[in-house]
Amino acid sequence: MVVELGHFALILAFGLALAQAFLPLFGVVRGIRDWAAAAVPLACGQFVFVLVAFACLAYAFLVDDFSVRLVATNSNTLLPPWYKFSAVWGNHEGSMLLWLTILAGWSAAVALLGADLPRDMRARVLSVMGMIAIGFHLFVLLTSNPFIRSFPSVPEEGKDLNPLLQDIGLVLHPPMLYLGYVGFSVAFAFALAALWSGRLDTAWAKWSRPWTTAAWLFLSLGITLGSWWAYYELGWGGWWFWDPVENASFMPWLAGTALVHSLAVTEKRGLFRSWAVLLAILTFSLSLLGTFLVRSGILTSVHAFATDPERGSFVLAFLGIVVGGSLTLFALRAPQSSGSAGYSWLSREAALLANNVLLVVSMATVLLGTLAPLMVSAMDLGRISVGPPYFNLMFVPLMSLLAVAMGVGPLLRWRDSPGAGLRTILTAPVVVSGLFALVFPFAYGGGWHTGAAFTVALAAWILTTLAAGLRQRLRERGGLAALPTLGNAYWGMVVAHIGFAFCVAGAGLTSIYSDERDVRMSAGDKVMLGSFEFAFLGTRHVEGPNYSAERGEFTVRRDSSERVRHLKAEKREYKSQAGNVMTEAGIAPGFLRDLYVSLGEPIGDGSWAVRVHNKPFVRWLWIGGVLMAVGGTLTLLGRQPTRVRAGAALPAGWRRTA
Amino acid sequence: MSRLRLFIPLLVFAGLAALFWKGLSLDPNYMPSALANRPLPAFTAETLDGGAIRDTDLHGAPALLNVWATWCPTCAAEHAYLNELARRGVRIYGLNYKDDLQAARRWIQSKGDPYIANILDPAGRLGLDLGVTGAPETYLLDAEGVIHLRHQGPVDERVWRTVFEPALAGMGSGRRAP
Repeated sequence: MVVELGHFALILAFGLALAQAFLPLFGVVRGIRDWAAAAVPLACGQFVFVLVAFACLAYAFLVDDFSVRLVATNSNTLLPPWYKFSAVWGNHEGSMLLWLTILAGWSAAVALLGADLPRDMRARVLSVMGMIAIGFHLFVLLTSNPFIRSFPSVPEEGKDLNPLLQDIGLVLHPPMLYLGYVGFSVAFAFALAALWSGRLDTAWAKWSRPWTTAAWLFLSLGITLGSWWAYYELGWGGWWFWDPVENASFMPWLAGTALVHSLAVTEKRGLFRSWAVLLAILTFSLSLLGTFLVRSGILTSVHAFATDPERGSFVLAFLGIVVGGSLTLFALRAPQSSGSAGYSWLSREAALLANNVLLVVSMATVLLGTLAPLMVSAMDLGRISVGPPYFNLMFVPLMSLLAVAMGVGPLLRWRDSPGAGLRTILTAPVVVSGLFALVFPFAYGGGWHTGAAFTVALAAWILTTLAAGLRQRLRERGGLAALPTLGNAYWGMVVAHIGFAFCVAGAGLTSIYSDERDVRMSAGDKVMLGSFEFAFLGTRHVEGPNYSAERGEFTVRRDSSERVRHLKAEKREYKSQAGNVMTEAGIAPGFLRDLYVSLGEPIGDGSWAVRVHNKPFVRWLWIGGVLMAVGGTLTLLGRQPTRVRAGAALPAGWRRTA
Repeated sequence: MSRLRLFIPLLVFAGLAALFWKGLSLDPNYMPSALANRPLPAFTAETLDGGAIRDTDLHGAPALLNVWATWCPTCAAEHAYLNELARRGVRIYGLNYKDDLQAARRWIQSKGDPYIANILDPAGRLGLDLGVTGAPETYLLDAEGVIHLRHQGPVDERVWRTVFEPALAGMGSGRRAP
């Protein structure tokens, strides 16, 4: 009964989405105020009913209602309750319902927090979001209905959630990722509303900026969580695989990062207006493209689940309407002049332009690499696969240039900066990061390594230029006393850029200095990896709630130190999936290095194939990702509700919730 | 600046959409004949019964290379037909893919052994070189170890008649049948 209620609530929500899309549309076109104003309650109502549907499905999972086909194929009575809940989105149908819930949530947030927007603008934005919701409602109801029962034969026991997904990383990863993906629909809706109304001014950039930043920070967190999960759960010690599904989340991030920066220029200087609109369309299109790539099965991936050509055709048609339609609107309505204010090559505008070009080129590189196998096979040229070498080859120079630009950008002024002053400011950062680069490879690795020196130089460059910028700002404002006046937006930028420096250092140094060995070990054996001694104490049998495991216990210590750390690596066999063995790596985490053990196959006579890793600085990658999200949060908290047009319009009222 | 330039993004997208439309009708797992006719990747591996095997050991006469695992229910369904093929004198090698050694031994003991030898690939490394996407998969090799065909899914009487026999006939009359 609850399940039917959920199904019914979803259909009602679809009806409300239809009304949300078209009532305000006619209201704005015909000038009927009440119709336009109806967008707000309709968006809230849609959210409530989608939430009811989601809660009903979650209830079916929690009470093990195996008459629901989705529950029977993705859950199990032995599953711990929190995994039963996360099993709701551990499958295609449920994750699309989550997507829809989050979309309705963003729409309701715009309705409630956007009280300061001009009324017609809010109606337009909500109408566009309603149209997107219609597409996803139809997708869920017609091709991916989660509420289908399997009467008359109801299974006694469910098939269980994929063991890879039974993990805290994967409980949090999809909601975060979707909050990001779907959040860009708000920026998209603002861009379309601006094109539609013809008011593509700086106010538009001001309104959509906090929403874009919010989506961007969730996507950053989502990607970080995904990378962390892959690292400890897949047992290979890798943290990024350039897999199509990972790329699908990385492309909107790159475009979204460019969007966050170009909106700053549009808001402050009225420049790059068409470009920012195009980026907003592009970012959300890439989110939709990600969905298409994952759901249609046109690319093979280790992540893809439930692929189906029918769903693929649906998403493609939807993609065609949304992206084709919005790009047509863009072509017809975008302003032809890109603003009149001039700027020199040594200005913040130019630096942000460089940032945008580099990020969009990076995005195109990923897109090309992801789609190349498809293009080649569509042209009957055989089959190719594009692997990490291509991406690494392209990304190292692109990200290096980005890091260099990132150091200079914040030091520049709008319009024009005097070159001489810049040279003075940059002397210290150049010297300090150069020294770091020269010393670090010897101090850390015991010998020269060009790649490591280069990596350290880039990371130090970002940090030292940030410090130089802070000093310059404080000097202009009269010393340390000015520290509190710098504003959250500035600190947000600083923290996010520090996060990027951490990512650069982490990615570079862990690739260069990681070390691993495959060894055969039996109880009592010891193996050296560099200066670390791993000892295998033996295995014992442990019973988990829904699995049984062989747990290998290890100790590790540095040859020069007495500190011993314990590691537990497991081979788990889940009861519902006989024969499907999962690896749980044993990790001793640390700020400077992770020591990582994964248990391979038993070789017989009590010995095991064991892989031991030393992964220096790997944690910096995720620290960096989290810092970027913290930076985004700081920026959001600092939004000042300045009036745009007296009495008529205020930017989205983030201040009130902060 | 001409308004026509603003249509460029739309045109780029139209091109991509056409590509995706084509892509939907392609099977991403299909291995075209252009990539067949390549030799089996070089390898040395352990076998299920504790011996060692390398790629050249499969040479000499046409043979099947069957990718299987105990975690694969379809492989269990396919096994009886492999026993039947072996009885007819078809040379079959097994590739035990990402599997548990003990479970694989029990499987062979209980279901019969149609294989001349079983290559162990617990980490899936050889499978990666071969482009294995799942189990079961069966490759047809000629006497020089060149891959002539790859079939995904179980081999049964119908598949054998419609897929493998024509390919065997196409290998040329100069070679003896497997």
